[in-house]
Parts: sequence; C-alpha cells; structure tokens
Amino acid sequence: MTTRRPPLVSGGEGAAPEGAPPSAPVVVRTAATQMRLWIVSAAGAAPDRLGPGARIAVAIAALALLAVLVLPLWRIDLEAPQYPEGLGMEIRVNTIVGVKPNDLNNINNLNHYIGMKVIRPEDFPELRFMPLIVAGLSAMGLVVAATGRRRLLYAWAALLVLCALAGLADFYRWSYDYGHNLDHERAIIKVPGMTYQPPLIGSKQLLNFRAHSWPGSGGWIAIAAGGLVTLVAGRELVRTRWARRVAEAA
Amino acid sequence: MARRIPRPFVLGLVAGAAAAVFAYACRTTGPRGVLDGDVASRVYVAPGEHDEFYAFLSGGFSGQVTVYGLPSGRLLKIIPVFSQHPENGWGYSEETKPMLETSFGLVPWDDAHHPQLSKTNGVPDGRWLFINANNTPRIARISLATFETEEIIEIPQSAGNHASPFVTPNSEYVVASTRFSVPVPQRDISIDEYKAAFKGTISFIRADRPGEMDIAFQLLVPGYNYDLAHAGKGPSYGWAFFTTYNTEQANTLLEINASQRDKDFVAAVNWRRAEECVAQGRGRNVPVTYVHNYLGEERVARSERKRGVRVLEPADCDGMIYYLPTPKSPHGVDVDPSGEYIVAGGKLATVIPVHSFSKMLAAIEARDFEGEAEGIPVLRYEAVLAGEVQTPGLGPLHTEFDGKGYAYTSAFLSSEIVKWKLGTWEVVDRIPTYYSIGHLMIPGGDSEKPWGKYVVALNKITKDRYLPTGPELAHAAQLIDISGERMKLLLDFPTLGEPHYAQALPAELIKDKVVRIYDIQRNRHPYATLTEADARVERRGGTVHVYMTAIRSHFSPDIIEGIRVGDTVKFHVTNLEQDWDVPHGFAAMGVPNAELLIMPGETKTLTWVPQQPGVYPFYCTDFCSALHQEMQGYVRVSPAGANVPLTSNGAGQSKVLASGGGR
Repeated sequence: MTTRRPPLVSGGEGAAPEGAPPSAPVVVRTAATQMRLWIVSAAGAAPDRLGPGARIAVAIAALALLAVLVLPLWRIDLEAPQYPEGLGMEIRVNTIVGVKPNDLNNINNLNHYIGMKVIRPEDFPELRFMPLIVAGLSAMGLVVAATGRRRLLYAWAALLVLCALAGLADFYRWSYDYGHNLDHERAIIKVPGMTYQPPLIGSKQLLNFRAHSWPGSGGWIAIAAGGLVTLVAGRELVRTRWARRVAEAA
Repeated sequence: MARRIPRPFVLGLVAGAAAAVFAYACRTTGPRGVLDGDVASRVYVAPGEHDEFYAFLSGGFSGQVTVYGLPSGRLLKIIPVFSQHPENGWGYSEETKPMLETSFGLVPWDDAHHPQLSKTNGVPDGRWLFINANNTPRIARISLATFETEEIIEIPQSAGNHASPFVTPNSEYVVASTRFSVPVPQRDISIDEYKAAFKGTISFIRADRPGEMDIAFQLLVPGYNYDLAHAGKGPSYGWAFFTTYNTEQANTLLEINASQRDKDFVAAVNWRRAEECVAQGRGRNVPVTYVHNYLGEERVARSERKRGVRVLEPADCDGMIYYLPTPKSPHGVDVDPSGEYIVAGGKLATVIPVHSFSKMLAAIEARDFEGEAEGIPVLRYEAVLAGEVQTPGLGPLHTEFDGKGYAYTSAFLSSEIVKWKLGTWEVVDRIPTYYSIGHLMIPGGDSEKPWGKYVVALNKITKDRYLPTGPELAHAAQLIDISGERMKLLLDFPTLGEPHYAQALPAELIKDKVVRIYDIQRNRHPYATLTEADARVERRGGTVHVYMTAIRSHFSPDIIEGIRVGDTVKFHVTNLEQDWDVPHGFAAMGVPNAELLIMPGETKTLTWVPQQPGVYPFYCTDFCSALHQEMQGYVRVSPAGANVPLTSNGAGQSKVLASGGGR
C-alpha cells in the first residue's frame, strides 16, 4: 500500500507533494485524465485481493442497491392536455402503484377505452420474488466487500448486469403484452394498426397521451450503483493485466 | 486512502444526473401557451363601453341560458328557461309556474344544450333564441326583446331531446329527435324488446309564429340514437341532417356495444317533401298528449294540453329520408355556409368525413344505394363523400365556419381546435384548448354569413385554469382570435353550468330593440293594480287576494289583517314604476316559496298558505332607492276561525266577496 495517490489537481509538471497546497493556477483535470491516473495508480496492487478503496466502493454500491426496496425502479408518466396535474405509475420492486394515490385506477379506467387489460400488481409474479433477488444481490456485494475476492467481484458485476438486462427484457415483454394484446371485442376506440406499448425508455405519443418511460429514483440509484461496480470491476481487470505485464517484464 | 473512494461514485452520480436532466428536457413542454402581443387590449372593453357581440351560452345542466358580452367575456344575464330560478321567482310565481308544466306535471329542472338564434334567409336575425331541454323533451323560445322565455313546447313520443332545436333558414321549423329511442307508443314493455319495439322520432316544430309553436309532423325512424342536427341552406335548403349512433341498436352498455360498427349514419331528411306528404294527408294521426306553454301579452303564462301528432313513416313518403354512411359514431353534423358540404365529426374516428350535397342528390338520382335500413335507402359512402380531413385531431366533434373558406373543428381527446380548408381538406392550423373542448362557436358560424372574428371554445374540463373552488369547478371557455392566419388565444373565462353550445351575433342587431320597462297602460294582468287608489285586499272563500302596488319607497297596502291560518294568500304585486332599471322585490318571512322580482309596469303573484298565527314582515328585496330599507310592511295571521276582520291600509275598498275558508 505504498502507491502514491495521483494529484487531484495539476500544478505544473511535477506532482505536488501529498498534503501540500496546490500551486496556482489550479486546473481541474478532465474526467478521462483522472480515470487514467487512477487506473495507473492501482497498477501495483496485490494480485487477487481488492484494495480497500475498491472494497468500500463495492460496499457502498451493495448498500445503495437496497434503495430500490423503498424507491421506485421505473416510472411511466402520461402527459395529456386534460391532465395538467400529471398522471403516472411507478414500478416498484414489489408492486405497481400510481404516482398519486388514484393514478393507477385512473390509468386503468382510461385504458378500458382501448381494450387494454387492467394493470394489477398481483398479475406480475416477478413482483413477489424481486425483493429477494435485490436483497441477495446486495448481500453478495457485501460479501465481495468483506472478502475482497477479485473473482467474486467479477461474478457479482456480471450478475448485476445480467439481472438488469433480464429486468429490462421482462419489462419490455410485459409492456408489449399489455400494449398489443387488446380486447378488440370490448375496445371502444379502435385505431387500425395502433398499439399502445410504452417505450422501453424515452417518450412516445399514444393517441392523446404522450408516454414517458424512465427509471425511477430507485432505478437511477441502482444504475449509479451498477455503474460504480462496473467501473471498479473494469479497473481491477485493467490493473491486474498491467500488474501481470510488469511482472513478466521483470 | 479514503479520499480516493468518492471519485468513481461521483462519476456514476454525474452520469445518472446527466441522464435525468436529459430525460426531463425530453418531456414536451406544458400546455400553457405564451400569449404574445397586445392581447389585453383586444379583449378590453373600457368602463361604460359595450361589447361587440352578444353571446348566448347554454347552461347545460343548469337548464338556463347565460348571456355574455364578447370579447370581454363579461356575464350579462342568466335567462331562466327550464329550471326554477328563485332569484327572480321563475317557476315559483303564479305567472311563470305554467311555463314548467309538462305532461308529467311541473318539472322544475332540465338540461339545456343547444341555443339556436332565429334566422331569416339563413342569417341570425335577432328575434328569438331557441333552446332544447334534453331530459324531458321540450323546446323553448326566448324573446331577444325582453330576454325572457316566452314559449315552451313539449315533444311527444321522444326521449333525450339532444338533436335539437336546430333551426331552418327562415325559422320555419326547429327540429327535435330522440337520443334515446323508446317504445312508440310508450307502454310497459320489457327493455329486451328494444330492437322490435323501440323507435326513434324526428320532429319538426313550427317555430316562426309566437304563441303557435306546434309539432308540424313527426318522422318515425329506426331505433338508433339521434345525436345532433343542422338544417341545410342555400342549395340544400329544404333538407335537414341528423347524426345517428348506436345503429347496433344496443340497449345496454352502449359505451362498448354501440361502438362496434365501422360506420353509422347521417340521416338526410327532405322536410319539404315531408310537408308535401302531410299536405296530401299521408301518414297517420297519433293521439298522444303533450303540453304547450305560452307567456303572452298579458304576461301570465298559460299551459294547454294538446292532443294528436301527425306521424310519417318512411314508407308513407318516399324520398323523404336517406342514410349517409358515416364513420364511427358521428356526433356533430354541420353544414358549411355555402350549403354544399355536410361535415360529420366522428367522436372515435381518425378522419373527418365531409359529404357533398350535390353528390348526394346525384346518388339519389342514380339510386346508388348500398342497401336499406328498415325501409330507408342507405347511400354508398364513396358516392356521397366530398373528401376526408386527415389527422384532424383526436375525437373530432363539432365544426363551425368563418365564412372565409375555413372550417374549425373541435377535438375532444386531443383538446384542441383544428382549422382546415374547405375543398382541399388540409389542416392549416391548430390551437390547444383548456381542457377537452366540446362545442365551439363562431358568431353566426353555423349560418350562411358568419361573422368570423372569434371562436369560443366551450370546454368540459377546467382543473387548474382558475383559483380552485373545491371539487366543483366552473366550466371554462376560451376566446380565440381567428381574424388572422393563425389562431390566437385572447381570453379565458369561467361559465355557469355547462356551456354546452352557444350562439352569438353582433350587438347592433339587438341592443336598440331591447325592452326597458313594461308599459303600465298596457298591463292586462287580471290581478293588476294600476294605481295606489285601487290597492286593497279581497277574500273569496278561503283565498285572500292582496292587490298590492310597489313604488319607491313603499308598498300599498303595507298593513294587512284578517288573514287566518289555512287561508291561501295571493300577493299580486304590481310595480308602478315606469323608470328604467327600477325593479322591486317582494318577500315575506317564513313563506316556503321564492321571492318575486317585479319589473317596472309588471304584476307578479306569490302564493302563501300560512301555517301559524303571528305577524309577518315583508319587504322589498331589490335595492331600489335611498329609502329601500324603509320599504316594508306587516301581515297579521290569526288562528283558523278567528273573527279578526279583513282590513288593510290600501286606499281601495277591501271586501269580503265570500266568507269562509280557514274555519
């Protein structure tokens, strides 16, 4: 643990000694330069254990994941002239609720015009076990942080990405189902060729409603946590490769 | 070492925040448009100045009509029509109670939807305003000299009088029809027998002779829902057009069951042909009873029961009615100023179909029919279609015209007005409305010569437009300038009840003809007291008539004694004033009735059956003068059977014409 921390700011060619005040003019480095320096600084780490910084980052990510247990994962907002107050629903890890107390009922009531099935949380089995998956992923992250095992970190990172992709695929599948499998017998408004699948992410006009589909606050935290884990894992990959190269050269 | 940790985490957060900002920026901007230019001056009517237009807005579920000035959006008056109005005693005073009589008895409320100005040569002439009652089918005629409802006729064999009272170009007729088909004749029958026994009717009501409104003839038509109407004009003079939906003939859950067919119909009725058939004695007389109420010269409404209506079936009179297939539960049907184009707004349609009158005549000539519906020829859609307006907004409902070649269609779902060009059918402009517009109105916009300066959006949903007032909000209307190429929002104003539809015309056509006072010399009210010298009380059995006068600042008599519990007391109050804007009001304590509001020169009657002995003050309720608070009096009520003689301090001689009552 003798590697020197790269300077946060550059004060000319030579790095300022640790703890010394930066000399003027202070220029904040670009993110890319920061990252390169950070990766380079890690090149001398131990071969199969994570550094304390990485372990703390992993622990933070693992704990941050728990936020989705209480905050919405995803949010679909519907915008229409006659809803100046907004109308939307939140997909939470264990349920689907309206953004405002009656929003889900109101959305279902509007959807009956186009023959869409009623959106009921109990119709989504995923919502029963998703909290367990999240808790498991978080626990595994804490194990990674505790043991500092690099391979375990890779496995965890891969699992996180996999779960995220599976979640998105599942979301797409359900929204496709609800948007396409309409009850044509009972539909009141039938526009030939029109389907009502909200976008996976982004905005789309669905008759008089503009649907906006974006991660919710929990979703954003999960994305940030995932990003953090990916960064840490990527850094570990690069620096172990460099360490090997240094060892070979020696 | 710890200082090293935050960086990747911060990077992740930064990435997330950037995405969130991007997401937010991607949302379309809110519906509040920014007003540009000097809009305030466009709607500013300086103190003491008058508005340019009278606008008559229906009150919808209030049952009344409201009068607004445009462009200011100032409320000028509520005209009571189908609902009791305690504010001026409409439907409470003896003179006006008969106006609310129906074959079901006195109905104190209705749902008034479509005001229609009387027309001469297809242009509003400022004589009358007609309006329909939806719930208990009736049509009223309002005088635009007195701004008072003068005549109401009940429509027999009807229910849900929605496609009404659209007027023919010379006010020959106003029309009525059945939104709800019903058993014809009405009888106790299973509702499951809808298809077999339920029928629609389309009625033509003679409208151009005050006091003589009557059902001229009635067409018996298939049991669909007849929704809206407009008369032909110019080349299509002599025809009237009605939209239908529920050609599925569902009798339950129409929301779904009446939305199954791809096309319903516009019914084209040749009313001049129907007149010929009636003149030839075709059809049959159906002995139904209906009520006609008229407030005539003496200003005391009379209610009469009429019996019998001439009914024509399609088979009785060939060439009288045709069906034009029209997509998706059409709602509004509007005829352009030239009389050639018939525009139908399909509330679930994705285009606005425009039918051509000349093509319709050609198709009839060529017998270009695609079938028949209960004996009514159905023309081929393509044979009568002039064109379709593409992407007209979602839920197109109603169309008005500016007289400059453009049409303006309201779109309920997308909450906007869409401007398009007649003939090319291209959309040229659109403007949002707040929110969910139903009808729209251009002064004269359904006539042959529109005054195409403004369009008024009449909206169904208000939400955040004004300061909140609890769950119940006023409906909203917006005034939009259409004098230029682009529509421009000028003003947003709250309305009373539901401003379902409206009519407007230049103020000059009316304002100099408006009555200011009623000439006391011409007061023919049977209980009028034309001078204070005649003020008195009279007993006729159990009824006491109080012949009372009101003039600033006293009533005469103002002391009345000898009334007994159980008597029927009739206060006949004559306002002796002959001065502009000096009404007097009359109200007495504990009277379970409304007040009277008596215009100068007018007599109004309030009936009261006192229930307990005591002394009851009465007073003038309309602040009339400096000594308004002194304008009061007392009525003494004695127990039943008491011997207190009937007296008053009126100058006339009080007398007992027949004693008794109350004993």
